[in-house]
Amino acid sequence: MARAIRLVLAVAAKDIRAELRSRTALLSALVFAALVLVVFNFARDPTALAAATLAPSVLWVTFALAAMVAMNRAFTVERENSALDGLLLAPVSREALFLGKLLANLAFVGTVELVTLPLFTLFFNVSLWPHLPGILGVTALATIGFVAVGTIFSAMAVRTRFAELMLPVLLLPFMVPPLIGAVQVTSRLLADRPLSEMWGWLRLLALYDIVFVTLCTLAFSAVVDE
Amino acid sequence: MPSHDGVALIEARGLQRSYGRVRILRGVDLSLSPGEALAIIGPNGAGKTTLLRLLSGLLRPDAGEIRVLGEKLTPGAHDTRKAIGLLSHQSLLYDDLTLRENLAFAARLYGLGQPGRTAEDALRSAGMIDRGAELPRRLSRGLLQRAALARALLHSPSVILLDEPFTALDAAAAERLRADLRSRLAGGAAIVVVTHQLGDVWELATRVAVLIRGQWAADEPRSESVDAFLGRYRAMTDG
Repeated sequence: MARAIRLVLAVAAKDIRAELRSRTALLSALVFAALVLVVFNFARDPTALAAATLAPSVLWVTFALAAMVAMNRAFTVERENSALDGLLLAPVSREALFLGKLLANLAFVGTVELVTLPLFTLFFNVSLWPHLPGILGVTALATIGFVAVGTIFSAMAVRTRFAELMLPVLLLPFMVPPLIGAVQVTSRLLADRPLSEMWGWLRLLALYDIVFVTLCTLAFSAVVDE
Repeated sequence: MPSHDGVALIEARGLQRSYGRVRILRGVDLSLSPGEALAIIGPNGAGKTTLLRLLSGLLRPDAGEIRVLGEKLTPGAHDTRKAIGLLSHQSLLYDDLTLRENLAFAARLYGLGQPGRTAEDALRSAGMIDRGAELPRRLSRGLLQRAALARALLHSPSVILLDEPFTALDAAAAERLRADLRSRLAGGAAIVVVTHQLGDVWELATRVAVLIRGQWAADEPRSESVDAFLGRYRAMTDG
């Protein structure tokens, strides 16, 4: 067990170190998130719809699109010099490999989300600060599930000729349930609704996390092993 | 390196493999004991690289079985996989990690103690101790090959699988590699080396095999000069 945890951390640390050196995925995703917010900001008609009404949807669409940009890199780094072969040759359980990649992706997507939040308040003039613990909680809950699915689809897509195109096509349908749940909870948080109104959606998000983290961990071997 | 006297370090029986409708390997047998080095030569497309990938566990055979240290080779057989070292056409190195970081990461994957020191030792053995801070993408082809060899041999594998190991190496690096492989053979390892330059490995090999269209056309102890063997090889491939 201790060795498995060390391997998970080693794989995650390797990905984070490589990303910090190249900054390819993080910078692209951050710039992309800012651009999406700019587009939404100028595309909406402030006289037709209040910013607060639109804000939860815009926030989560931005998170989702930026996350896909960040996750695209998860396995393209393994394609260079066939580095994935090096991982698969090693006496390492596929579950540990998956959880290491998942941890690194959560760090990337979490960073993008944390930087996007202040930009979002700036563009949409919505004060998130009174609701920050709740917003961070629902963000973590929704992100874990779709990043788990994104990690395994990234491993599948990287073996195709159009990996960058394949990931959104595969992932977006699976992102719908956590996005709906996250938008619903965020709307209620911003409207100061009681927790009892969010409870059902929070349970859905937690269930999605448990089911998909487990399924993706177990299915990873079938995706990467020949 | 553990001793495995009297036991075949690697054994393959009836290996078959196809890609789509194309049959690459058509029933290949192989067995290597400690101290044996098998040099495999064959024309392009004969199935040499596929055979190495099967023996390393990266590919699964359509039929047949591979045993390493007497255990069946499966993705979950960690002790078995730990015994294998593969040098493939690619370096298996991350372009955004330095050589030292790459080797330390590989040491962690293999559960070796003191990954940092293991990486330093591997760099020193490869004659690259002053290049530990360099990124693989900035290395020349020859230096990259030396780094890839260092990664493949880092964990002192008992079964060493090498695909064109002398590619791009200068004379000094090639001699250093031959000496290293000789020492590993003396220590009880077994080596399978695929090459188009048989002369590079002739003195190292204890057996020589010819793979043509996915089958052995020859598999025999090294007993003659490389020129004589290559003469017979040309006759086999011309036929």
